[in-house]
Amino acid sequence: MAESIKILTGNFDVPGIEQLDVYRKNGGYAGLEKALKQMSPDEIVEEVKKSGVRGRGGAGFPMGMKWGFLAKPEGVPRYLVCNGDESEPGTFKDHYLMMKSPHLLIEGMIISSFALGANTSFIYVRGELMYVINILEKAIAEAKAAGLLGKNILGTGYDLELVVQPGGGAYICGEETALLESLEGKRGNPRNKPPFPAVKGLYQCPTVVNNVESISTTPWIVLNGGEEYAKVGIGRSTGTKLISASGHVKNPGVYEIELGLPVEEFIYSDQYLGGIRDGHGLKAVVAGGSSVPILPKDLILKTAAGEPRLMSYESLSDGGFASGTMLGSGGFIAMDETTCIVRNTWNFSRFYRHESCGQCSPCREGTGWMEKVLYRIEHGKGNERDIDLLVDVAKKIEGNTICPLGDAAAWPVASAIRHFRDEFEWHVKNPEAATKKGAVYQPELSLA
Amino acid sequence: MTETIALTPERLEKAKEIIARYPEGKQKSALLPILHLAQEQHGWVSPETMDFVADLLSIQPVEVYEVATFYTMFHLEPVGKHVIEYCRTGPCCTMGGEEVYAHLKDKLGIEAGETTQDGLFTVKEVECLAACGWGPCFQIREKYYMHLTNDKVDEIIEELSK
Ligand SMILES: Cc1cc2nc3c(=O)[nH]c(=O)nc-3n(C[C@H](O)[C@H](O)[C@H](O)COP(=O)(O)O)c2cc1C
Ligand code: SF4
Ligand code: FES
Repeated sequence: MAESIKILTGNFDVPGIEQLDVYRKNGGYAGLEKALKQMSPDEIVEEVKKSGVRGRGGAGFPMGMKWGFLAKPEGVPRYLVCNGDESEPGTFKDHYLMMKSPHLLIEGMIISSFALGANTSFIYVRGELMYVINILEKAIAEAKAAGLLGKNILGTGYDLELVVQPGGGAYICGEETALLESLEGKRGNPRNKPPFPAVKGLYQCPTVVNNVESISTTPWIVLNGGEEYAKVGIGRSTGTKLISASGHVKNPGVYEIELGLPVEEFIYSDQYLGGIRDGHGLKAVVAGGSSVPILPKDLILKTAAGEPRLMSYESLSDGGFASGTMLGSGGFIAMDETTCIVRNTWNFSRFYRHESCGQCSPCREGTGWMEKVLYRIEHGKGNERDIDLLVDVAKKIEGNTICPLGDAAAWPVASAIRHFRDEFEWHVKNPEAATKKGAVYQPELSLA
Repeated sequence: MTETIALTPERLEKAKEIIARYPEGKQKSALLPILHLAQEQHGWVSPETMDFVADLLSIQPVEVYEVATFYTMFHLEPVGKHVIEYCRTGPCCTMGGEEVYAHLKDKLGIEAGETTQDGLFTVKEVECLAACGWGPCFQIREKYYMHLTNDKVDEIIEELSK
């Protein structure tokens, strides 16, 4: 099988790549040299636009377009904030990237800050990853000592201070406006929009928020050109994507894949996940982090129209929510036939109830309701009306909240019932059997 | 009392460096990093510590309370010497987490949220730690323990009990 192109992780296995000299010997900071010495900020923005690279934090918004929206009022500082909060269940790719190759992110931050005209930039990392924060700080100190950060970088007159900020344990701080609140030393309550961060962000100044992986594409894009980047991938899903795979597969871990890779190949080929663990078969996949709709095996491998499903923004969402899902943050969770979908859905609903910031009632109350009802069903105390009640509550949350956490809480529940309704019904009709330790609904069991 | 609540001179120095990282007048941004520093020193964040931090940042104590209570990493009550925070979220449970965590609690004879009588261990349930493919996992301070099994849990507890 052909080795697929590596834009981010090509040198990750070089021993010592977290050190400046090793990183440089392996091509590191060449993108920065080119950006600062041969390009204007606008030219860099132009290349990023041409690359078509889309935000890797989950929403998939084109990065160059976002950069183009940044307001530039005279005399007002602008900020770049990197989102390393990574708290979406199933997602651990930014953790991997920062831990393996801190200088890649730092190089990307300097290039991006220069392109946006920022002189102070922040990397917000979830506080639990304190050891990764220490790795980043060490790398920043090395870069500073080498004249790659601070005043007059590489003698070009450009100044940049880079600050690593720890979070405090709160999924909601991954939402960009909650992150900005948190960075200002407040509770992580998402802001009402507009105004958008591009106009009023950190300290009420124009701000760009981008994901760790998004920013880390910029050294390659600068070196090779946006057009080259756009040649990788498929259609509007340009480039490569880090996928963090967990669950019942032979080889869980983080993989850099070219967008457009068939899902079937990703799951079953030895180059990637190596298939499902011995003696078991695939049941369902949550393809893009816990928030995206769960799909049963048939629909994750093929679209409803029978086309092979590909790892791309478009292919994964083919069929809408009726039969599709989303690429999201690339948190790929595979479950075999021993998995109880009801239990897993209850587990996820508990997560969202726990992480709701509580500002809006549909989310605060709705996530609490969903968890309670799912707990009831899972523990043999549900009734048939509960299933429709869940669908109803999920619908009432969707679209009625300040931030998308509400939707993120509703989708897993709605999709689990859509595709695995039998399993919910079996629970309410057979509470005794369903609450036996390790009991899992098997389709051949009757629904008596 | 002040001696027990203040940061050590080294940490106070570090706190001042942290405050200086932010633009003029935005010292409140230093709140989370400084709460982490304080917790590193005391193991938890007491009301006295919060008042001290408020003073240090020239903000109202309530601004510190509302933040410290919002973020789950801050312990607002005294905890054991080793705080074991295990991930209870879907992917880790898919990988066998429920059994491993039950074993952990059995071994220590406590439930989540409790501290062993000898004050050595506190166990806390947390949500996804961004290590899902390496689960089941827990963290003790900065260190991640991954691919946990019952045997590994035994080893870790024995090591830390020495
Ligand atoms: C509840 C919630 C949690 C989020 N968590 C993260 C996160 O951990 N990391 C991230 O990069 N984006 C996260 N996002 C998306 C951000 O709001 C934002 O879209 C992203 O950081 C923008 O960067 P990108 O365009 O490079 O993807 C989250 C969004 C929501 C609603
Ligand atoms: S949707 Fe939920 S998390 Fe988002 S602002 Fe409203 S209450 Fe907070
Ligand atoms: S689910 Fe346990 S680390 Fe993500």
